[in-house]
Amino acid sequence: MPAEPGALALPELDVPAVTSRRALRLPRFPLAVIGLFVLAAVVAPLLGLPDPHAQSLRDRFKPPGWEAAGSWKHPLGTDRLGRDLLSRIVWGSRVSLAAGVVTVLVASAFGAAVGLTAGYYGGRVDAVLMRVTDATMSFPVILLALILAVTVGPSFTNVVTAIAVILWARYARVIRGQVLTLVQLDFVAQARIAGAGAWRIITRHLLPNTFGTLLVLVTLQIGYVIIVEASLSFLGAGIPPPTPAWGSMIAEGRDVVTRAWWVSLFPGLAILLVVLAFNLLGDWLRDTFDPKLRQL
Amino acid sequence: MLRFVAARLMQSLVALAIISVVVFVLARATGDPLYLILPMSASQEDFDNARRYLGLDRPYVEQYFSFVGRAVTGDFGNSLRARRPVSELIRERLPNSLKLAVFAMGVSLAMAFPLGVMAAVRKGTGLDRFAQVVSVLGQSLPTFWVAILLVEFVAGRLQWLPAGGIDGFASYILPGFTLGWFVVAGLMRLLRSGMLEVLDSEYVKLARVKGVGEGRVIWLHALKNALIPVVTFAGIYFAILVTTAIVVETVFAWPGLGRLAYEGISSRDFPVIQAVVLTTAAVVAVVNLCVDCLYALIDPRIRYAR
Repeated sequence: MPAEPGALALPELDVPAVTSRRALRLPRFPLAVIGLFVLAAVVAPLLGLPDPHAQSLRDRFKPPGWEAAGSWKHPLGTDRLGRDLLSRIVWGSRVSLAAGVVTVLVASAFGAAVGLTAGYYGGRVDAVLMRVTDATMSFPVILLALILAVTVGPSFTNVVTAIAVILWARYARVIRGQVLTLVQLDFVAQARIAGAGAWRIITRHLLPNTFGTLLVLVTLQIGYVIIVEASLSFLGAGIPPPTPAWGSMIAEGRDVVTRAWWVSLFPGLAILLVVLAFNLLGDWLRDTFDPKLRQL
Repeated sequence: MLRFVAARLMQSLVALAIISVVVFVLARATGDPLYLILPMSASQEDFDNARRYLGLDRPYVEQYFSFVGRAVTGDFGNSLRARRPVSELIRERLPNSLKLAVFAMGVSLAMAFPLGVMAAVRKGTGLDRFAQVVSVLGQSLPTFWVAILLVEFVAGRLQWLPAGGIDGFASYILPGFTLGWFVVAGLMRLLRSGMLEVLDSEYVKLARVKGVGEGRVIWLHALKNALIPVVTFAGIYFAILVTTAIVVETVFAWPGLGRLAYEGISSRDFPVIQAVVLTTAAVVAVVNLCVDCLYALIDPRIRYAR
């Protein structure tokens, strides 16, 4: 497969000088949303919410608090088993955020290692590694997760593994493209003259120069991973019940949308908000620190 | 050019081989497949007989090659649930999936092209901002959730369009748009940034100086080069489309491969999953191959780059 277009451009080596106040203006909405969800996920046990697993058949399909039939005991209503939706969404954010962050960290570490190796050594090493990368990139993520779910059984680890095993290829491609141009610059030659070995050049000189790109990619991909994880849970190949996960919550509400719209609507809104926030933050990071990458 | 095509073909075959090994290893690594096939009451003797009959007592390498040999001829064994040859199921479902994928791709191209190009031409205007909202929303909305809401409101409450199944053109609209939506966002982004770059280049300025009409400059001179990054990513977008289709087909009860895969998971029907994965991987590989050849035709630099 052809190279990523943005990756071929010369990297911005120096952080652009921030002259106007405008440029430094932080993206308030994305940071607030991400902060809120991370905080809720971390302190979930301390919030005094009802137990997300507690069933109460008398309270089945209670509408949200502001509806006539609802009560503020369950602000966002309850599901088929009378479980509190707000509490399940808060606990579900732990699953989604953890899946997103862990997967992206694993994938980026492996992908960056492959990209650095391929770009630094070039030649046959590069050719082989890039063929593997291309093959990986064209493999649909969800299919791998499906095989794992049917053979090994659905679990958090399998979801993370299935996504990470495919996702690293993006990082490898982009980082390799950057390293190809970096190794031709003088500071690498100077490091070599000073007697630095391959390991030292890769870890001390090349890697730090790709951090900006890595940060942008990581942020943009967390949202993508959250959506994939939710899709898998929706299909029954993700986080198995009764653990609250946004994708499976939407699936549970699917057959009752007509009489209990809130069961599917609120977890979906949660996904939309978090993913939107990560995408906007990633866009902002890219525009501010690494404008050359704008095609990612 | 012929050398390029041959090299790319080899790559695709290698990729498919890797995937088939993964599928095979996963099938064996997770326990004896006989436990799935034989009833609980089977005796040790039944196990031995079945093992010999199915060739599971032979070396793994031999088993792998006979598995590949059968897969190539379209023999994936019998579905555990439907009790029919998997190849029959695939032959029924694959055309439906392809029809939906082509329709969705058409929808996204028809939406992404004018929007992406005009957003770049009228940079900073309301149109551009609208395009950016479409793009960021497209990448943030969970497809299956949108699908459920569309089924409930457009098909259920308003009764404008059918909620599922294949029944004439109208039934393509909801699943097609849901599926195309995500791709529109990505394609539009690529087109916009590609156009911005090209519109700023010397040859476009020259064309303008020479008195070429603005329409010709944008849609002919500039778009041709702005298309290169789009073609680069077309293969990846197709893989994403195939993946998203599993979810969309499930919600819209579309009798395609994706729905087959979903049914396969819920009944742990391994032969079906195996066949769907290999078929899909093959379709994606063929599309990628075509895209790359197209790419090499448009941009001669690619042919010599490697």
